[in-house]
Amino acid sequence: MSFWIEQTFAGLSYGGLLFLLASGLSLIFGVMRIINMAHGSYFILGAYIGVTVVEVTGSWLLALLLASLAVAILGIFMHRFFLRVLGHGVAAELPQVMITVGFLFIIQQASIDIWGGDPMIVKVPSYLDWSMEIGGIFFPVYRIFMLVVACVMAVTLWLGLEKTRAGAMVRASVDDSEMTRGLGINTERLSMAIFGLGAFLAGLGGVIGGGFIGVYPGLDFQILPLAFAVVIIGGLGTLRGAALGSLIVGLMDTFGKALFPELSYFTLFAPMAIVLAIKPTGLFGRA
Amino acid sequence: MLRVEDIHTYYGDSYVLRGVSLEVPQGSVIALLGRNGVGKTTLVRSIIGFTQPRESKGIFFKDVDITQKPTYDIVEMGMGIVPQGRRVFPSLSVEENLTLGASKGAEGGKWNLERIYELFPVLAKRSNHRGNKLSGGEQQMLAVARALMTNPQLLLMDEPTEGLAPLLVRAVGDIISHLKEEGLSILLVEQNLSFALKMADHVHVMSKGQIVHSSSPQELTEREDIKSRYLGV
Ligand SMILES: Nc1ncnc2c1ncn2[C@@H]1O[C@H](COP(=O)(O)OP(=O)(O)O)[C@@H](O)[C@H]1O
Ligand SMILES: [Mg+2]
Repeated sequence: MSFWIEQTFAGLSYGGLLFLLASGLSLIFGVMRIINMAHGSYFILGAYIGVTVVEVTGSWLLALLLASLAVAILGIFMHRFFLRVLGHGVAAELPQVMITVGFLFIIQQASIDIWGGDPMIVKVPSYLDWSMEIGGIFFPVYRIFMLVVACVMAVTLWLGLEKTRAGAMVRASVDDSEMTRGLGINTERLSMAIFGLGAFLAGLGGVIGGGFIGVYPGLDFQILPLAFAVVIIGGLGTLRGAALGSLIVGLMDTFGKALFPELSYFTLFAPMAIVLAIKPTGLFGRA
Repeated sequence: MLRVEDIHTYYGDSYVLRGVSLEVPQGSVIALLGRNGVGKTTLVRSIIGFTQPRESKGIFFKDVDITQKPTYDIVEMGMGIVPQGRRVFPSLSVEENLTLGASKGAEGGKWNLERIYELFPVLAKRSNHRGNKLSGGEQQMLAVARALMTNPQLLLMDEPTEGLAPLLVRAVGDIISHLKEEGLSILLVEQNLSFALKMADHVHVMSKGQIVHSSSPQELTEREDIKSRYLGV
């Protein structure tokens, strides 16, 4: 019994981490119709910058803040000076994706040049680095924290999207970005903001995730397919989809690794294939 | 108000608008007629900046060349669009659809939620419904009202009566007449000949990406040759 509870909790908290990564990926797709291939790179960059900030300042909270902001600025920079100049519409999409692939490789090489090839870990403060015992089962407090952050972000994003004017602009743009421009809304500025927000969330996920999976060359390529699985299962461009997809992938991946370690990729991609076969747009996606 | 000079618009390699020029004088309703696929919507798309012409001698809106401007700047200058197929936002409530583009307008306008709900009581009743929960007629009203909320001086209307029952066609006609009285300039794309003839001060007929006939509505009424050749009546 305790095995199931522990693994379920581990899967849910891992899902929380994935949500930080995948929600931005999904929102960016929603407003720009492109997959940001550099999204996993934002994650490792957040983690690496987090390592350095903790080393230099000793403050983990500062690392959380500075690393996410730095990555957000990088995202805005990428959008403003590389993606935006390509315009919008179907013709711009492939070149834009190729630009993000370019950034994927640049960030990969740059982080090896700066931080070297050895695995590193973002040092977690002692007040989060212990386990709580409930009914004989140990719950790592850091994972509780991860889940709480993800929930807070999910609720904040949901309120922002549903209850604010900016959120209505984003929803309109996901529905029909051309017509949104036809009502006088600068969708380029909007997608730049969403790109920055997505990068911020991925960077935040990187610092947090860097506290327990660490960070090393190649992690970008490992984490990106997980984010893809989330948005494919949940549906691209929907927040609800990103939330549910994250939990499913988090649980599947955790239980898969615990029960059938030799099949780990299968347990991850089987649900994806099933969803694709039954509902190609994902659980909450619209065509 | 609007002067389109010799525009040529392509979708990829397909050459759609083959040199179109027309004018919408201040305060007039100009109708654009033509069969399906002749390029009416493409002309509207070119004017509002959805699809920029590859070649042109200019599109002048209030004497400013807007050919290279992004759509949102053109809209901010005072152009509104009621697109073909309505394109109401399904994820937004009726009220959000209306307030999304709400603006005082380039020359200060009088349209606001209150006045819109007065003119379109059916929208007031449904203000909390999602856009896609409305009937076709209600969606058309919403598309018109949504454009008015930007307080435009020129309105591009692309087949506003498409798929509407006769009673609703008349309602759209009443609204257009009302807007015209208030001094709005309108480019009205239509396939409904009698409706267009009733509304317009001047009519253009398009065929294969070109304007092939321009005249007063009275004159077109009498030109059986033009009507049977280009409009299928
Ligand atoms: N997005 C598009 N891509 C390629 N061809 C298009 C597109 N939209 C319209 N066309 C083509 O351009 C021509 C003119 O279409 P359109 O302007 O929609 O005509 P109308 O509004 O008069 O019915 C048609 O042959 C149509 O098939
Ligand atoms: Mg058309």
